[in-house]
Amino acid sequence: MKVPYSWLREYCDPGVAVEELAERLVMTGSEVERIEVVGPPSAQNFIVGKVLSAEQHPDADRLRVCTVADGEGERTIVCGAPDVAAGQTVAVALPGARMPGGEKLRTAKLRGVASEGMILAADELEVGEDHEGILVLDEALAAGTPLSEVIPLAEPVLEIEVTPNRIDCFGVHGVAREVHAISAAPLAADPWAEDVVAAGEGEASDVASVAVEVPELCPRFTARVFTDVTVGPSPLWLRARLSAAGQRPINNVVDITNYAMLLTAQPLHAFDLDKVPGGALTVRTAAEGEKMTTLDDVERTLDAETVLVCDENGPTGIAGIMGGQVSEVSAETTLVLLEVANWNGTNILRSSRRLGLRSEASSRFEKQLHPELCLRAQVVASKLMVELCGAKLVPGTIDVVGVSWPEPTRLRLRGARVSGLLGMEIAQSDQVDYLERLGFAAEADGEDLEVTVPPDRHYDVTREVDLIEEVARVHGIDEHLPTTLPAAAGPVGGGLSREQRLRRRAEDGLRDLGFDQVVGWSFTDPREPARLRIPFDDIRSSAVMLSNPLSEDQSAMRTMVLGSLLDVAARNVARGADRLALFEAASVYLMEAPPTGRNVGTETTNRPIGPLGGEFRGERAAPVAELHRVAALAVGPLGGRSWRGGGETADFFSVKAVLEALAAQLGAEIAFAPEPEPFLHPGRAAAVSLGGVAAGWLGEIHPLVCRAWDLDAAVGFEIDAAPLLGAAGAGEETYEDVTTFPAAYQDLAVVVPTTVAATEVRATILGAGGELLHSAEVFDLFEGEQLGEGRKSLALGLEFRAPDRTLTDEDVGGLREAIKAALETIGGTLRE
Amino acid sequence: MLERIEEIRAEAVAAIDAAGSSAELEGLRVRYLGRKAELTGVLRGIADLPPEERGEVGGVANKARKELEALLERATEAQDAAELDSQLLADRVDVTLPGAPPRPVGHQHLIARTTRQIEDIMIGLGYHVAEGPEVEHDYYNFTALNHPEGHPARMLQDTFYVQSHPDVLLRTHTSPMQIRAMETQPPPIFIVVPGKVYRRDSDATHSPMFHQMEGLAIAEGLTLADLKGTLLAMCQGIFGGERELRLRPHFFPFTEPSIEVDVSCFQCGGSGTLAGGERCNLCKGQGWIEILGAGMVDPNVLGFVEDYGYDAERVQGFAFGLGIERVAMLRHGVPDLRRFFDNDVRMLEQFS
Ligand SMILES: [Zn+2]
Repeated sequence: MKVPYSWLREYCDPGVAVEELAERLVMTGSEVERIEVVGPPSAQNFIVGKVLSAEQHPDADRLRVCTVADGEGERTIVCGAPDVAAGQTVAVALPGARMPGGEKLRTAKLRGVASEGMILAADELEVGEDHEGILVLDEALAAGTPLSEVIPLAEPVLEIEVTPNRIDCFGVHGVAREVHAISAAPLAADPWAEDVVAAGEGEASDVASVAVEVPELCPRFTARVFTDVTVGPSPLWLRARLSAAGQRPINNVVDITNYAMLLTAQPLHAFDLDKVPGGALTVRTAAEGEKMTTLDDVERTLDAETVLVCDENGPTGIAGIMGGQVSEVSAETTLVLLEVANWNGTNILRSSRRLGLRSEASSRFEKQLHPELCLRAQVVASKLMVELCGAKLVPGTIDVVGVSWPEPTRLRLRGARVSGLLGMEIAQSDQVDYLERLGFAAEADGEDLEVTVPPDRHYDVTREVDLIEEVARVHGIDEHLPTTLPAAAGPVGGGLSREQRLRRRAEDGLRDLGFDQVVGWSFTDPREPARLRIPFDDIRSSAVMLSNPLSEDQSAMRTMVLGSLLDVAARNVARGADRLALFEAASVYLMEAPPTGRNVGTETTNRPIGPLGGEFRGERAAPVAELHRVAALAVGPLGGRSWRGGGETADFFSVKAVLEALAAQLGAEIAFAPEPEPFLHPGRAAAVSLGGVAAGWLGEIHPLVCRAWDLDAAVGFEIDAAPLLGAAGAGEETYEDVTTFPAAYQDLAVVVPTTVAATEVRATILGAGGELLHSAEVFDLFEGEQLGEGRKSLALGLEFRAPDRTLTDEDVGGLREAIKAALETIGGTLRE
Repeated sequence: MLERIEEIRAEAVAAIDAAGSSAELEGLRVRYLGRKAELTGVLRGIADLPPEERGEVGGVANKARKELEALLERATEAQDAAELDSQLLADRVDVTLPGAPPRPVGHQHLIARTTRQIEDIMIGLGYHVAEGPEVEHDYYNFTALNHPEGHPARMLQDTFYVQSHPDVLLRTHTSPMQIRAMETQPPPIFIVVPGKVYRRDSDATHSPMFHQMEGLAIAEGLTLADLKGTLLAMCQGIFGGERELRLRPHFFPFTEPSIEVDVSCFQCGGSGTLAGGERCNLCKGQGWIEILGAGMVDPNVLGFVEDYGYDAERVQGFAFGLGIERVAMLRHGVPDLRRFFDNDVRMLEQFS
């Protein structure tokens, strides 16, 4: 909302500089975005001049040499406007004047003739867009009169970002009332207090009629009729005021409707009544698919909920949004019908969104105006119609009330509630002052107030708490509010849940292991699963799709973190990075939850899944399966190359070591099993389980996937946070006695077929070793000719321990035989 | 005799002092303390002295011997250490070479860091951390937060909707968790809610995805003044103990009264002018930086959870929401919101 300061001051002059007023407005809840100066930066050196003579320039066809009286004498001004003529009273900029934009005017020679100033067109003063003709002023003005006495120059305009609840401040008068409330400066009488005399003949209802077929969508429709209308340009003051407020002047009738709207917040619409057959208007909803051409020359297709104002030939305007061309006011118009109606805000909002058409009118109607505002706007506009268009108001106002409006709201404002909610006291007499200045009626009843809400605030102030806000903000929240912390009923003992602490630990753990944390986009390209070679019937191919994405490649919610990590890696590699270790801890979104707690071990986990597994607090479950993941990707070496070696490119085992270390940091039992994934190297892919629960994958990224992202090679993992943290024992451990008898150590070399997994060998040994075998860890792998085709040798270090004695050679020897026998069942032999 | 002992002693002390190797020291030990040494002879011959001399000579000789023994031992130790050092020195390395192989160092994303920092401040004030879904029901994102259907307030935020589920959207703020939390926990409640939020807007100052931190406090007798104190504590925790707050009334559908909060600029100290006299670029000369929106929870919102123990006549409280990126940008001088999601490692590695 642009509010020219001179206009505002007509109703309430706070008597302070505009900057000071702006500051006060900001601190009471009206956001002043900026103060714009319209017109030249200063009024100095702008005067009224009289053109004494205007002669053809001797050397230029399009220039005229004028003699202009400036109040002190005469001066020569060369002018390019074709319509400049002797006898005109004009606006003159003298040398030294600063033009809008700041340029300083100097005496200049134009084709050999010195010009001591400039005769101005409307746009040069920013009081309109007209550049063709010069600005001709009232001839009663004396030469030499400062121009600022005629039109506002250097006009400060407050640009206020009005919040949607304050519909009253979408009008200059509403802003003036607000200024009155916060400054206590006097407020002038309402500009609609006195109606104009109806000097026309007959009755409005003789020449016009209004039928409302949809009363609930059109609670009120008022119309006035004017005869003898002369359409022409508006006077300078009106054009200047509209221009400053951001409205383009068009003609006096249209300008009057805009002026009345900007003043009262209530939009109006003028019809050329001669173009309305029979003067009969009907308000109805459109037929589905009905078409009409709006004032902006666009043909619009309507739906059945759009409300129209129609004559017998069809629509003349989309109600509350934009008029049509059929009955538009033109230079020939002499009979005008002024429509001031009230529309259903929700319906206007819906239709304007559907049509993609937002106007000054619709942006006000959509916030729900009060029907009582209609006549205010009629009165303001009627006066100007008579004054500026020579029009005669036909007696009688057509007033169709579709839905009678509610009685003014009466609210009780409890004194105890004011201080109880704010934590500061506001004297009752002050509360009354603030509310009355805002237009409310307030009567004291003991500590409390009985308050009546004015129509402009009817839909905004509906409860006691709304009144508390009003008195608080006028009183001055920043200035008066004490600073306290919650006392008796305050919070006790904040903290993180165990799950939250473990999650931080996991993120810190990956960071400690050398991985950089990234934050990827939740949006992705719906073709991403295909780029990852994921088949279309995989749940990871059915993404949550957005109905109104910013672009096609941001129209799906990711089902895997891997895609974002590959994106980030590709961008960094393109910038020259040769070593990347990235991780992300964030959510993926699946239309349907995967089978949760899929059990791959023997032990079932009954831990609650919690928010990381998509189980959030609240009565309604999350609409889609939202799972928190921890994912990592390595490109190039994990550690840097150095003068002492290192710098080997990350492979399956180097990243597996990272994941194992992560699990160890959390005290989670982790296991791996060969399992292909479409986006992984088929021979270097593993399913990861944590605490016996399937949790995700680990592997080298398939070369075709790498190629799709312009990467040479990459290794990564992606696991669900819920099973990771569910399996974590960190923080919950109990002491195990360490003062046992000395352990016995023995190494075994086992030859098995290549197809037998190391895990299987280890599990077989541990099974056969029984209680005394404490651990068995692989420390060497050997494949060679002497073993024969298809065989490998694994070396394992065994630790035997007994809680109650030192183990003898016989103890260990016996177990060794049992292990040897067990290994034979999986095709293994011991190398001696 | 006594004079002779003193001569031997002085001679031996000088010799030990001058010795340059452990072999030399061993020679001196044999020479002055060995079986054939003169001092040893003196001690051995004490019995042959006249009785009146025996005591004095014996004492002096013994004292000299002990002194020489101690001296020799100390000199030998020192000599051994010096010899070891010279061997070690031959084994020297270039300490200016980099540690090898280098241990990779990971970095925390600024958003994660800032989120944690604010969480920790609020935990210190007695709050718990709660998390809600990003894909959310219209009911939690709008309706229950006093944005009725068809209300212009819904237009304030451009919302992403989910295809073929018109009532499902990407949450436009972390506020839906207010309702979820109150549905599952009776008052008093003191929580913060960090997380991703989405708005259909993309330019230098708007990202379609960003992060917020919501705060919610409901109990008996909480006031707007308590909100101010809480926010002051939080902002001082983030931006430093000297900070002050400025509260401007505002409008949010789910709080009443609502305020926008500015924090005094930590670069210019709120003066708007830098030491050199030029205008402060951070606050654009205003001295204040807009940092968050807040207010007293609207009774209509409590009306949606009345059945869970939230009677607006009995309990009241406040809510606030701040942008994590905005805090991170201000704290670390990041010029453009979009940098956070570009994940350029050259930027990531600036923040240890
Ligand atoms: Zn500053």
